[in-house]
Amino acid sequence: MNTTAIKDLIIKMADDELILGHRNSEWTGLGPVMEEDIAFSSMAQDKIGHALALYQILHEQLDGVDPDRFAFLRAEKDFRSSHLVEMPNGEYDFSLMRHFLFDHAEAVRYESLAASAFEPLKSLAFKIKGELKYHTLHANAWVMQLSNANEESHARMQQALDNTIALAAGIFEPSEKWESDLISYEIYPGEQILFQRWIERISPILEQASLRLPDLKTVTPVYGGRKGYHTIYLQPLLTEMGEVYNLDAEASW
Amino acid sequence: MDPEIPVLSVVDLGMITDVEVLEDEVRVKMIPTFAACPAVNYIQTNIKRALEERLEVPVSVTIDKSVNWSSSRMTAAAKEKLKNYGIAPPPKEQAADPLMLIAQEVPCPHCGSKQTYLRSPFGATLCRALHYCKECGQVFEQFKPLD
Repeated sequence: MNTTAIKDLIIKMADDELILGHRNSEWTGLGPVMEEDIAFSSMAQDKIGHALALYQILHEQLDGVDPDRFAFLRAEKDFRSSHLVEMPNGEYDFSLMRHFLFDHAEAVRYESLAASAFEPLKSLAFKIKGELKYHTLHANAWVMQLSNANEESHARMQQALDNTIALAAGIFEPSEKWESDLISYEIYPGEQILFQRWIERISPILEQASLRLPDLKTVTPVYGGRKGYHTIYLQPLLTEMGEVYNLDAEASW
Repeated sequence: MDPEIPVLSVVDLGMITDVEVLEDEVRVKMIPTFAACPAVNYIQTNIKRALEERLEVPVSVTIDKSVNWSSSRMTAAAKEKLKNYGIAPPPKEQAADPLMLIAQEVPCPHCGSKQTYLRSPFGATLCRALHYCKECGQVFEQFKPLD
């Protein structure tokens, strides 16, 4: 198995975690209620920690560079994050819907990776999938509560779902070069299968929330992030995230 | 000691996976509770310093990648200490779905009532959730179960 394919898979997963972790942290101090302030801050901490664990696999097992340098010194075009995670937080309805769609996508991904033929990923996935249950519990609870509360909150959640679904489908952008290798070597089951499992996972919850999943035939997934084409929002985020680190990249902390 | 729950030691928490005593060196292996725990390096350094002071030999403390932490690694004594400290311990039995354990009525560590509900799965640290006791009207924390 060539390691380039595994690196490609790990980098896109880790970059999604890092960028969404940063976006979640932007809710610190601004959450609509204190519990939500704490929840988004905790999830930020989890996501950035998971990104670190993945960058460490690259560093220790696959001849990668130091995780901090990898996170803070790369050019924008070398990031493999999906457009979904790059979007600004907007209002709470969008952030919550993104959290719901992304964390369920992550949950099915890590559950599959817990059977990966690549041992370091398998072991990490086993740990992360347990922790993610708290993220999806949180997302489900709020999506259901708000969607079933009153007309306005239901309309806003439906609008958020309609606006976010194509971006979220973009998480599952298959690798141009490595998809079949990763599947045949049983590193992971491939984006297409993960996408199916994700739809099966979110559908019953959306139904309970009285939300209508848009007809998937009419949804064009927003691809490009996995090839290095990003939204205009990524570069400002990277600049801000690396601001302190880049004052002196050789400083020790 | 855990820097955020100062009544619990790393042994109580089940964070130590191996100790190897060699002729002129001690090697300790440990694991974090939650993967993104920011206190890991701090705890690592504390273990090293504490052991080196007592034993007067070089000590190495490394992260054990082969073992994952779960709440069943916590000792019964640790759960008692947690409760007395005011944090509800994770439940004994590991259900197939740990969410059922956290979402159902967790006994209040202050008054023992089971008339409680989960307020948020995220508390002051990654390993704690927030609950509310309808009986004594207090918010309390629970050490989250993890499988």
